Amino acid sequence: MTCRELIDFLAAYLDGDLDEQRRSVFEHHLSICPSCVDYVKSYETTVALEQRLGTAAGDELPEELPEGLLDAVLAAVRSEKDR
Amino acid sequence: MRDSSHSFAPVSEEKSPDTAGNDEAWNRPEFIGQLRRGDQGAYAELVTGLGPRMMVTACRLVSEEEARDVVQEAFIGVVKSIDRFEGRALLSTWIHRMVVNAALTVLRRRKRKPESSIDDLLPRFLEDGHRADPEGPWRSSEPDSYETVATRRLVRESIERLPASYREILILRDLEGIDTQETADLLGLSPANAKVRLHRARQALREALAPHMVEVAA
Repeated sequence: MTCRELIDFLAAYLDGDLDEQRRSVFEHHLSICPSCVDYVKSYETTVALEQRLGTAAGDELPEELPEGLLDAVLAAVRSEKDR
Repeated sequence: MRDSSHSFAPVSEEKSPDTAGNDEAWNRPEFIGQLRRGDQGAYAELVTGLGPRMMVTACRLVSEEEARDVVQEAFIGVVKSIDRFEGRALLSTWIHRMVVNAALTVLRRRKRKPESSIDDLLPRFLEDGHRADPEGPWRSSEPDSYETVATRRLVRESIERLPASYREILILRDLEGIDTQETADLLGLSPANAKVRLHRARQALREALAPHMVEVAA
């Protein structure tokens, strides 16, 4: 397995989608290739940083609701009740 | 010699922003009953409580101006279809998906510019299959060590620079925590193609972050 193939198979490896033989070849390459170890670690770090961006949305939260949002929703509520 | 026997944990498959807060409270039967009866106070509570988070989700996918319309459309959708809410999912997740769907509809309506190729953003290889320009180890493999406002901005801006179809799948899967099957359904892809696209998007993002993350030689 080359470094290129390892990177191609990386997502499947991390998702547990590789069969046993391919997984074994993948892990053998990792055991002899520090560059690919670096790559896999940095790939995992990248995903973790993205996922944290998703959950730590505090700094993105708007301080106020968009103007008119609540009024529009409450108007829809009244309209539905009148139907 | 660096340790190359690191064991790698699977990337988290399931994560929802909705698990972060006290979202079970929105599913209280009495609260759902109030919504079904058209209780204005209950709707005010819902919009005030979930509106800001839904704006964050929408703003990740569309412009702020479009996001306002998307969130409004989603909450009005709740008013019209709350009788069909069966309570199998969290109410917040149900509304979140309405927001995502409405935002994706806006994106589809846009006259799309031809998308730039992602190939230039992926790792390059030599003929023998080795990486052409390995940058060396990152400063740390612990995400905690990068937890700064500047890093979050860097990640956010790097995502924004990805070609649209790659940015969308990254946001849906990794930021919004939607699983592979549902993401594939939302984007009209097979699950296998969704996985391939996500992997390429993550690789491109990794390449964009790498110059900022490597150890600086002493």
